[in-house]
Amino acid sequence: MSATGRMCPKCGAGNPPGADYCYLCQEPFAAPPMPFPGAAVALAPESAGAPALAGKPGGPPRPAARAIPMLLFTDAERRNVRMSVVLFLLLFGVFLLLGAAIGAAYGDVGRGLGLATVLFAILGGVAYSGGAGIVLSIHDAVEAGATEYPQLVNVVEEMKIAAGIPMPKVYVMPSQGMNAFAAGRRPEEACVAVTTGLLDRLSREELQGVIAHEMAHIKSRDTLYGVSAAVLVGAIALLSDMFLRGTLFGRGPRSSGEGRSGGGRGNAAFLVPGILLALLAPLAAKILQMSISREREYHADAAAAGFTRNPMGLASALAKITANGAQVPGENRGTQHLFLVNPLKDFGPDASALMSTHPPTALRIQRLKAMAGIAERG
Amino acid sequence: MAYVPLVLIAVVAGWFVAAYNRLVRLRNQIRNAWRQIDVQLTRRHDLIPNLVEVVKDYMSYEQETLAKVIEARGVAVGARGTAAQAKAENILTESLKSLFAVVENYPDLKANRNVASLQEELTGTENRISFARQYYNDSVMTYNNAIQAIPGNFVASLFHFGAETYFEADGRDREVPKAALR
Repeated sequence: MSATGRMCPKCGAGNPPGADYCYLCQEPFAAPPMPFPGAAVALAPESAGAPALAGKPGGPPRPAARAIPMLLFTDAERRNVRMSVVLFLLLFGVFLLLGAAIGAAYGDVGRGLGLATVLFAILGGVAYSGGAGIVLSIHDAVEAGATEYPQLVNVVEEMKIAAGIPMPKVYVMPSQGMNAFAAGRRPEEACVAVTTGLLDRLSREELQGVIAHEMAHIKSRDTLYGVSAAVLVGAIALLSDMFLRGTLFGRGPRSSGEGRSGGGRGNAAFLVPGILLALLAPLAAKILQMSISREREYHADAAAAGFTRNPMGLASALAKITANGAQVPGENRGTQHLFLVNPLKDFGPDASALMSTHPPTALRIQRLKAMAGIAERG
Repeated sequence: MAYVPLVLIAVVAGWFVAAYNRLVRLRNQIRNAWRQIDVQLTRRHDLIPNLVEVVKDYMSYEQETLAKVIEARGVAVGARGTAAQAKAENILTESLKSLFAVVENYPDLKANRNVASLQEELTGTENRISFARQYYNDSVMTYNNAIQAIPGNFVASLFHFGAETYFEADGRDREVPKAALR
């Protein structure tokens, strides 16, 4: 065990020293080695009356016992923004590195970068032109009028005022599952949709928390964030694929012009790292994309706490959703990242963290509660 | 190499323009947020006559509570000046609270769909007013941060961007959290 921290045995994330569970996937760690073996013994007399307890030292720790330091929503928001920017730059770095390495393998870094940029522009253009209409129709969303859903429309109006954005269009999806999503590239053309199951089961306060979360996504243009990340990941996958199949510039390095041993313009020294990068980059990109997505969810939670000044509304809504299920009509992998809670995955403590679009719901609730600890005093 | 100073000047000038424009944007956001509060207050004034109309037949014994609401509304509509307006609006809020407390005592009134939807409308309006005030204060905070923190304070002092003032709740409301902190 090094003194600098510990690596999670499950997801491989680095954790600060002294952590007793993984910050990323919540996997509890085995008890850290005791610096003073006597310390453990010293506790024993107190539990002597309960030998059954002492007999099970490695019992599963209860998630509720894990403490998160008190959180100020403004601090949480700032940190999430910083994290997503760093992650996004990393993702872009992977993309450029791959382009450069492929170019280098063929002897021309500039051409590799140029090809990468063109690919990015094409994919980006296609993705940007596809609007929110598709998402709405996939999930059977129908526009909600103020007469049929007065409370929903009112709550959206209240939260749009708190967020300081234009009024989004409001939609309802027929489903017993409890979920919600926001879409639209710009706040001016945004929409928000909730399931009927959500409307039936949530109190006004809880609904406010959910809508505030969606308003936060709209205000910080998370749809655009998500599309850009997805485009980068797609471009990286495509580049890698093209390179590995050797169809990039002609039939492969040095297949034309100079001979195999001539050295030529292509640089064989870059070929191996290039191939390695092409193999690893898509995976790394996917992991980065998912981290961005999770970071945006935390950010929207923190911002929602800021809009409502009531983190417990959203926390209790998330708890209800966990208990009732989050299924939506037309659920599919393509749109899962948009939702309040991922409709496809069950976010128990065992949910695979590294590839998840959303953080574990229990952890989100915990962070919101930490924010409430401060908010209650203010 | 000769154009290096030129590039530097262009970068600094570009930053100046961006910083100045940001401050202007933030200041206008505050002004817009302030009007937003007025819009929501007016909305409440417009809703109250409907509410009174629906409720009055049921509440023959509560004419006093109703009269208070109507009177408070009248004062709030006519109030001029920020301080007077704030005071009148607070009285109106209180009178509405007592009206809804009374409504709780009339089961058939509570069951009335018109009353229920009006109550939702008024809850929504009350929330809108407080969220509009909150947004105003948030905007003031962002703006004040921008003009007081480095490097924005430089641009702010150059072009005389002054600090804006927060919307303050009346003193009575503020005493509670103070006591809780001790």
